[in-house]
Amino acid sequence: MTAIDARASGSDLRQALARLSRLPWGLYLAIAFAVLLLVAVVAPELLTVHSPTAVDYSAALKPPSFAHPFGTDESGRGLYTRVVWGARDSLTIGVGAALLGVAAALLLGSVAALAVKPAALVADRFIEILFTFPSLLLALLLIAIMGPSAGTEVLAVGIGTAPGYARMIRGQILGAKNAGYVEAATALGHSRWRIVRAHILPNALRPLVAVFALSIGQSIVWASSLSFLGLGVAPPASEWGALLDAGREYLVQAPWLVVIPGLVIVAVALSATTIGRHIQSRLEKGE
Amino acid sequence: MSVSIAEDVDDAPARDAGDQTQVGADRLDRSGARLSVRNLSTAFRVGDGIRRIVSGVSFDLLPGECVAIVGESGSGKSVTARSLVGLAGRNGIVEAEALEIHHENALAFTSRTWRRIRGRDIGFVLQDALVSLDPLRPVGKEIVEALRLHRWGDRASRQQRVQHLLERVGVPYPAVRARQRPDQLSGGLRQRALIASAIALDPDIVIADEPTTALDVTVQAQVLEQLRQMKQRGASVLLISHDLAVVAQLADHIVVMQGGRVVEQGPAAQVLGDPEEDYTRALIAAVPSEETRGKPLSPGGAALLAGAPERDEDPQTVVLQADGLTKRFRTRDGSVTTAVDDVSFALHRGETLGIVGESGSGKSTTGRIALALERPDAGTVTLLGRQWTQVRERRRRAVRSRIAVVSQDPLSSFDPRWTVERILVDALPRRAFASGQRSGRIRELLDQVGLEHEVLRRFPLRLSGGQRQRVAIARALAQSPEIIVLDEAVSALDVTIQAQILDLLTALQRRLGLSYLFISHDLGVIAHLSHRVLVMKDGRVVEVGTPEQLFSAPAHDYTRRLIASIPAFDPESTA
Repeated sequence: MTAIDARASGSDLRQALARLSRLPWGLYLAIAFAVLLLVAVVAPELLTVHSPTAVDYSAALKPPSFAHPFGTDESGRGLYTRVVWGARDSLTIGVGAALLGVAAALLLGSVAALAVKPAALVADRFIEILFTFPSLLLALLLIAIMGPSAGTEVLAVGIGTAPGYARMIRGQILGAKNAGYVEAATALGHSRWRIVRAHILPNALRPLVAVFALSIGQSIVWASSLSFLGLGVAPPASEWGALLDAGREYLVQAPWLVVIPGLVIVAVALSATTIGRHIQSRLEKGE
Repeated sequence: MSVSIAEDVDDAPARDAGDQTQVGADRLDRSGARLSVRNLSTAFRVGDGIRRIVSGVSFDLLPGECVAIVGESGSGKSVTARSLVGLAGRNGIVEAEALEIHHENALAFTSRTWRRIRGRDIGFVLQDALVSLDPLRPVGKEIVEALRLHRWGDRASRQQRVQHLLERVGVPYPAVRARQRPDQLSGGLRQRALIASAIALDPDIVIADEPTTALDVTVQAQVLEQLRQMKQRGASVLLISHDLAVVAQLADHIVVMQGGRVVEQGPAAQVLGDPEEDYTRALIAAVPSEETRGKPLSPGGAALLAGAPERDEDPQTVVLQADGLTKRFRTRDGSVTTAVDDVSFALHRGETLGIVGESGSGKSTTGRIALALERPDAGTVTLLGRQWTQVRERRRRAVRSRIAVVSQDPLSSFDPRWTVERILVDALPRRAFASGQRSGRIRELLDQVGLEHEVLRRFPLRLSGGQRQRVAIARALAQSPEIIVLDEAVSALDVTIQAQILDLLTALQRRLGLSYLFISHDLGVIAHLSHRVLVMKDGRVVEVGTPEQLFSAPAHDYTRRLIASIPAFDPESTA
C-alpha cells in the first residue's frame, strides 16, 4: 500500500523515467546514433581532430589504429574523418530526397483521392505510370538528362520513391473518406473543405511521420547506390556512397574502406527505420 | 473433485453451507439430469493475477427440457456456456462442486474426452454463423466433417445424412445448398447450416449461444422453431440469450445472470410472471412492445417522462415530405437492384414515424435519402416546405441544421482523435455561439441527454455503449434540429440500456417538439415509440398505419407474418 502511495506521489520526472525504461534498448541506440549524426551534420569538427582533406601519403592504406579508428585511404586521409565530414552530404541528400518523395506523394495521393473526377483520374494514372518504371531506371533517366550532381540525386531518389508512398496516402485518404465521422460531419452541414481539413487529412496522414522516418533510411541507401555507381556527388566530397566507390579499388589491400562506410549506411538506415517503426506503433496504439 | 486455484481470490464463490445442502438435495430429486452443474465458477489468468468472471452457477438440464441463461453483455452467460463444454480456453480455470455430463464427472475430462463428447453428446451452436463456418468450405462438407470426426457411417451414408440434416433444419434444396459456401447463403440459411452440423450426431444436449442474434425476425422465428422441434424430440436445450422474448418462447427453466452471478432462477413462468429480484423485474419491464407505449421502460424513466409532459403540437404541420423515392444500386455482378422503390411518406411535427423492415428492405437507404446523404434516382424530398434532395449540397448546408442523424454504431461516427468535448464543439453552429458561450451550451446538451460533465475529457472509445449513444444524441441536438433520423439507434444496446435510451428519446421529443424518423428491424421497439409505422419489404412500402391498426388488423400479408414472428412476450403463455 505504501509502495503504491509513494509511486503515486513520486515526481513526474521519475514517472517519465519509468516510462522510458520500458522502451526497447534498440530504440535508445537508434536515438543516440541519430543525435551523433546530427552533430556530424551541424559541426563535424567537434567529432574529429584531422582535416578531411589533409593528404599524408606516408600513412596511406593503413588499417584501423588509435590515430585513425577507421583506417586510412589511398591518400592517407583518415576514413573516420571522411565519414564524419561526409555525413552532411549523405544526410542532406537522404533527408532531402525523403522530403521530396513524401511531398510529391502527398500531392499526388491527395489529388488522386480528393480532387474532382478528371483531375483525380489523371493523378491516379500518373502514379500508376511512375509505378511501372523500375525506380532505378527512372533515376538513371533523370541523371542522364540533368547530369550527376547532389541536386539531381535528391530529385532522382525523391521521384523514385514517391509512387509507392503516393499509393499508400491515396488509400489512406479513401479509407478516411468513407468513415462514419465524415458522413456525420456531412450531415451536420459542414463544408467539404472543412471536413477534409478537420477529419480526412489528419486521420489519413497519421502514419505519415512514421513513413517519413522510414523513407529517410531508404533514401540514404538509394542515394549511396547512385553515388557508388558514380552517378552522384563527385569524388572530393566524402559522401558515403562515393567513399564506397573509391574504396572498391582497394578492396583486397584495404577492405575497411568498403566495409566501414557500408556499415555506417546500414546503421543509419537501421536507426531511421527503428525510430520510424516506433512512431508508427505508437500511432497505431492511438497514443 | 475440483481444480484448485493457488492464488487467493478476493471474492470466492458463494460458499453458503445451507445453500449447499439444499442444492445437494435438489440434485437427488432430479437424478435424471443429462447435465448437472453445482457452484460453477470460471476465472481467467490475466497477466499475473486471476479474474473471476463467473461464480455460483447451478442448474440441471433434464431430457426434453430447455434451460435458458439470460443476461446482458458482460453478465458471464457465454463464459458459463463455454465452461460447460470444456471450451473456457487455456487461461480459463473452471471449478465446480460438481459438473456432470451423463453422470460422468466432466471436471476430470481430458481434452481428448471433451473432443469425443462435443459433437456426439453435446451440440454447440455458436452465435455468428459467418465467423463460425469455414468461409472456403461448402457447408455440406462442414457437416460431413463433424460426422467423419466421430467415425459416423461410411462416405455414402454421410452424404445422405447431410441432405437429411439440412432438410430437417428447414433448408430448402438441401442438395444444392450443401455444395455452397457460407458467403453464398443468407444469414438464416447459414445459421441453420450451423445448427445442422451441431446436431449431426443427434446429441441429446444442445447448447445454443445467442443463436438468433443478428437475424431478422422471420428467420429468428424459423430458428426458434428448429430448437423447439429438437426439444420435442427429447433433446435438452441450453439457450443463452440476452433477449427475454426469445427466452420466453422456449425455456422451461430460466437462470438470470448479472455481473457473473446468478441473480434469480426458477421455472420460466415464475421468473417471467412473478420475478423476485429487482434486476429481473427491470429486465422484464425494459422490453418494449405495443403495450408499453408512452410508459417508461427504465427505472429512472418515470421521473424523466414526468418532467416532460406531452406537448400539443399541431399534428398537421408536415416537416418532411417524401414523394416517389426510388434508388437503384448496381451490384457486383453488374445487375441492378432497386433498393428503394416508389416510397412516399410525410413526417409531422412532434411525431415519430417508424420504418420497420428486415435487412435489405431499403429502410436504411430511405433514411439516408431523407438526410440527403444519398441522391434518389427518382422522387423528391421536401424539408420544412423547401426543396431538399433536388438542390445542390452547397445550398443544402444552411438547412442541414434542421435535420440530424443518430446511427446504430456511434463509435464509427466519431473522429477517433477527438474527445467528447471537441466532438460536441464541432457540432455547434459556429455563428450561433460565440466561443465564450460554447462550453455552457455543451454542458446544457450533456444535461439534456443525462451524461456527467466528466465525459467531456474522455474519448468515445473509453465510453460504454449507452454513453456513446447519448453523446451521439447530444451531437444531434447540438444544432437544435427539428427532425432526427434514428437509424437502428438502439439495436446494438443491451435491453436495459436500450430502455434508458428509448425513455430519453421520448422525453426529448416531448420537451423539444422533435420529429423522429425511427428506423428499426425490431417491431417491439417500433411499436413502443412510433405514432405511425411504415412497413417496408424489398424496397417498397407495403403498409402504413398506427401501431394499433397494424397489430389489431394487419392489412398486408407480410405485416401479418412479421407480427406472427415476434416472439410474443407473454409470461402466462410459457410453462
